[in-house]
Amino acid sequence: MITAKKKSTMELLRDNVESLLRTERFPHVWCPGCGIGIVLNAFLRAMIRAKKDPNKTVVVSGIGCTGRAAGYVNMDSFHTTHGRAIPFAVGIKFARPELNVVVFSGDGDLFAIGGNHFINAARRNHDILVIAVNNFTYGMTGGQHGPTTPTGAYTTTTPYGNPDRPFNIPHLAISLGAPFVARWTTYHLMQLQNSIYTALNRKGFRVIEVISQCPTVYGRRNEMKSPLEMMEYFRKFSVRKDGATFDEMELTYNGKIVVGVFRDVQGIPTYEERYNEIIRRAQK
Amino acid sequence: MKPGYYFWSGDIAAAEGGIFAGCRFYAGYPITPSSEIAERMALRLPQVGGKFIEMEDEIGSIAAIIGASWTGEKAMTATSGPGISLMNENIGLAVMTEVPVVIVNAMRGAPSTGLPTLVGQGDFMQAKWGSHGSYEIISLYPSSVQETFDLMIDAFNYAEKYRVPVIFLLDAMLAHMYEKIYVPSEDSVERIERKKPTKPPGEQLIYEPDDDLIPPMPSIGEGYKIHASGLTHNEKGYPQLTAEAQEKLIRRINDKIRKHAEEIWKVEEYRTEDADIIVVAMGTNARTVKTAVDEARKEGIKAGLLRPITIWPFPYKYIEKYSADYIVAEINYGQIYHKVREYADNKVELLPKMGGELHKPHEILHALRRYKK
Repeated sequence: MITAKKKSTMELLRDNVESLLRTERFPHVWCPGCGIGIVLNAFLRAMIRAKKDPNKTVVVSGIGCTGRAAGYVNMDSFHTTHGRAIPFAVGIKFARPELNVVVFSGDGDLFAIGGNHFINAARRNHDILVIAVNNFTYGMTGGQHGPTTPTGAYTTTTPYGNPDRPFNIPHLAISLGAPFVARWTTYHLMQLQNSIYTALNRKGFRVIEVISQCPTVYGRRNEMKSPLEMMEYFRKFSVRKDGATFDEMELTYNGKIVVGVFRDVQGIPTYEERYNEIIRRAQK
Repeated sequence: MKPGYYFWSGDIAAAEGGIFAGCRFYAGYPITPSSEIAERMALRLPQVGGKFIEMEDEIGSIAAIIGASWTGEKAMTATSGPGISLMNENIGLAVMTEVPVVIVNAMRGAPSTGLPTLVGQGDFMQAKWGSHGSYEIISLYPSSVQETFDLMIDAFNYAEKYRVPVIFLLDAMLAHMYEKIYVPSEDSVERIERKKPTKPPGEQLIYEPDDDLIPPMPSIGEGYKIHASGLTHNEKGYPQLTAEAQEKLIRRINDKIRKHAEEIWKVEEYRTEDADIIVVAMGTNARTVKTAVDEARKEGIKAGLLRPITIWPFPYKYIEKYSADYIVAEINYGQIYHKVREYADNKVELLPKMGGELHKPHEILHALRRYKK
């Protein structure tokens, strides 16, 4: 007698993940070996685990390689203008606080052209989860240096090495009072997924930086020709330290990467909660 | 707001008109001479259960109202000069993704920081062409506080009906000028809501237009799994970077306005029927022109005033209609003048003013006297 083979947990999970993707749009635009898909996968798995309703979740992206993520998730999703994912998301969240609002975008989008929005939205503590994929470069435009490119790194606009200083993103986010701040690399799949899961169950302006490989335009100019070499770098050079100091969080050229959950505090009122009090006063 | 008479500035009337039209979301950044709109909204919106937020800049402000509009709210912002310049990229996003929003621009002396507290009319062409690309937009421009209030209702109705950003022009004079105004009863005006999908999620393509070329608009959270992108897209909303997709989409978002232009046009024609010479003037500037037209008539000059209230799409048939000569009196060095020239049969003269004040009646009268027979 032939019986239908019961699906394994992994197969069921894959089905669930696929239900959250617009698979009809595949193949995606990302290069072979790119890390963005790993981050997207971690996000979708965390969504499933956290039992978040995809019909009540919105994904907002800016412009760039990571900015294309919004186009692949099978939820309400917006591919906005360069740098403006956060204020677009602010409008959605403030108008409909019951929605789960996620910004999924890249380092150049969020911290260079969108830097002003990042710092102000963090300061106001909007109830938004920001997944910031940091691949050290502007990938979509061919590998120019950006606000997170380590000093000394070679890019198409730093042919003699980068004279610029990169952002220390967790330091920045913590200094602005963001209640949840973590950093992982694409090598830390489970830890990343756990952090997104935790963040999905927290409130306020939550920031998860994910160091990701861009072998195509970054790695090959910086002594890491293959995706594997970049993952090897993440494996060998990352150190988990949840209580890291701001100095330790700083990233250097092909140097140590301190990862972990750097801040996880609860009970800070969000902007949306504080505005409810404003409405109450106005209607008194 | 209770029906009755009030003494309001143009700014207050713009805010109250917006609320009256159903606006419940405002994001903005203070800038003279529009700041009082933000102040009024901060006070009033929470009273009616709406939301007000002061953003970090004008770029964030317009991004926030586009996001809010996707949740189904009627949303607006207000700015001036440097602020509208900053908003232009996302005005293009709202055009491309067909999001109803209202953007008030209280025009001041320009370019750059210019004359923050004084009147200008230099933003007509920018209202139409400010963002990159070839697109149609709706722009309205009142000339009194009462008309500001009334026209804000039309602005929201047009935005909702045509799924397009409406640039609501004010000028520094009107923004800060106080006049008596009548607020009608709540149920005395028509409020148009955006078309909602009739098909269930899964069957409704997000950018599939009806015969009127306007697609119904689902809101976030309704299960439609909206995808909207500033990239050229197909009817599913998915990026499709081809000449064919561009042709189809850009032609449609232009035509949905062009084909309805006559429904959108509002023009005041004052003593134009038998006129030999018609002054084209907009906003508060049309008020001093009207005085000059009356004076000219007393002197036997057959003068009239044509005041486009709808600036874009430009009401060209009203220019074509008359065989008179035209004088275009505007507070810039020639913008609407070029549109009038495009459609007029006879002579068109520009009477410019660089900004800071309205045309004085005697300046208009001086120009009209040349048409004395």
